[in-house]
Amino acid sequence: MARRPLGERLWATSIWVLVGFFVLNLIGMIATVVVNSFGTRWFSTWLPSGYTTRWYALAWNEFQLPSILLVTLQVVGAVVVISGLIGVPAAYAMARRDFPGKSLVMGLFLLPLLVPPITYGIPLATVLYQVHLAGSIWGVILANLVPTVPFVVLIMIPFVEQIDPRVEAAARVFGARTGRLFVHVLVPLLMPGILAALLLVLVRTIAMFELTFLTAGPTSQTLVVALYYAVFAAGVRPGQSIDAMAVVYMITTMIWLLIALRFVIPTQIVPRAKR
Amino acid sequence: MTEAAHLPPLRLRLRNRGLDGTTLLVLPAVFFIVALFVYPFLYGLLLSFAPKEGGWLANYATFFSDPFLYDTILTTLLIAVPATLLNVVLSIPVAMRVRLMRHQKLLTTILVVPITLGTVLIAEGLLTYLGPRGWVNRVLLAAGLVDSPIRLVHNYWGVMLSLVISGFPFTFLLTLSYVTGIDPALEHAGRMLGARARERFWRIVLPLLAPGLAITLALSFVQAFSVFPSAVLLGAPAGPTRVISIAAYQAAFEAYDYSMASAIAMIMAGVQVVIVVALLAARGLAFRGPASSGKG
Repeated sequence: MARRPLGERLWATSIWVLVGFFVLNLIGMIATVVVNSFGTRWFSTWLPSGYTTRWYALAWNEFQLPSILLVTLQVVGAVVVISGLIGVPAAYAMARRDFPGKSLVMGLFLLPLLVPPITYGIPLATVLYQVHLAGSIWGVILANLVPTVPFVVLIMIPFVEQIDPRVEAAARVFGARTGRLFVHVLVPLLMPGILAALLLVLVRTIAMFELTFLTAGPTSQTLVVALYYAVFAAGVRPGQSIDAMAVVYMITTMIWLLIALRFVIPTQIVPRAKR
Repeated sequence: MTEAAHLPPLRLRLRNRGLDGTTLLVLPAVFFIVALFVYPFLYGLLLSFAPKEGGWLANYATFFSDPFLYDTILTTLLIAVPATLLNVVLSIPVAMRVRLMRHQKLLTTILVVPITLGTVLIAEGLLTYLGPRGWVNRVLLAAGLVDSPIRLVHNYWGVMLSLVISGFPFTFLLTLSYVTGIDPALEHAGRMLGARARERFWRIVLPLLAPGLAITLALSFVQAFSVFPSAVLLGAPAGPTRVISIAAYQAAFEAYDYSMASAIAMIMAGVQVVIVVALLAARGLAFRGPASSGKG
């Protein structure tokens, strides 16, 4: 094969340099947080002068990490379960039936994914305050369900579509009603899709800042909101303990992301609108 | 013929139109979105016309007469538009190259990390990384490019860079999914007929990519326009990076004027809608060649 022209090779190289530069800065940014969280003092040197784990102990007590982690777990657990229970059946109906107004319903599901949370979060928080749900953990859960229910529906539709309808027809012939059809036929067949969708919901909910921030009270903060307040009030506490908290946040998110990536390709994480 | 044959039972007629027990499964989700997305939006719209004092348009009149408030639109646009353009312009060539890669998953996995971590963590990381004693300034000083640390945080550039770190992966993955949707055979045919790489891109790929690109631009812009945590943490929220979401937040949670906050949220949504509609309209105007009907 002939060598590619010089211009084309230069162009390819410059693109890889660009990507490398981006990734380098990304790693540098994350490494800064990790290194700082273990450093004793870090002023005018490339690396801290010594290493310690005491910032983690400080963050654990000062920021009340145990209760924040518990709230995060409760919120994320409830959001994952409820969005699965509401979203999967809806996806099944959307994939299998053609009904009047279907495109309108589809638009209804797309909107919360395309409109940024801060835009609809303020009216949503206002309504939740009116009904005295904001400030409680249920307000946070309800707010977080707004983007995750449609997300589950949209991820699950292709998974339902690839199941052969004759499998369901056979089950119906043998007398299974919709409920049993779901439990014994559809859920087992859909398991890879359900796992993928729910793991992505899990990761998105841990990282969902805006909606939780707008609806949480002092006792219903999740980890990311607590991190925001810690950074916002920087100077009150040592920066290293904020970074220790950031590391705890990164670890909780990254574990689930790595598990999720076994089931999905990364491009599925961004919403793909149909043309 | 009995009358029942003329008029089948209601259940059957509904089923023929696609409405049966299974269709009802969509109802909980629809109810949910109507109650927690559509209703709050309409409520907010109505609330914005019921100000604390003054006539029904008082909130909007206040917003557009107070430079402290209406300047936030320009401030936000000045951050969001360059960030979006930069991200989209950079992600097209990168996506074109990555699509030929065999082991895409490693790169896409790395790039999904900043999207997943979110803007709060990016802000906290960049505060130290870009700060006066961070590694960026240290490298610049060591290389002799600057004499004293340059200021990259608590100003416009901090917010801008955070939007690139979080926005570029988002834009790239979206562009990649559209680029990989283009049939490679079309480009191959172009090469057989003697088109060089640049011609193939401008005359074959770009027209096919245009619809997806318009959506990518719209989504990336909307994301950047709603920047909030990094504008507070990494910017100068009192001045150069007082974006519109900060104004809305302050109205709601510092002044407790939900009516005004709703009005600002509606203005924010309005600006987004105007830009998105303009982008989608431009897509229709820009590429109306024979190529745009050849996709499929």
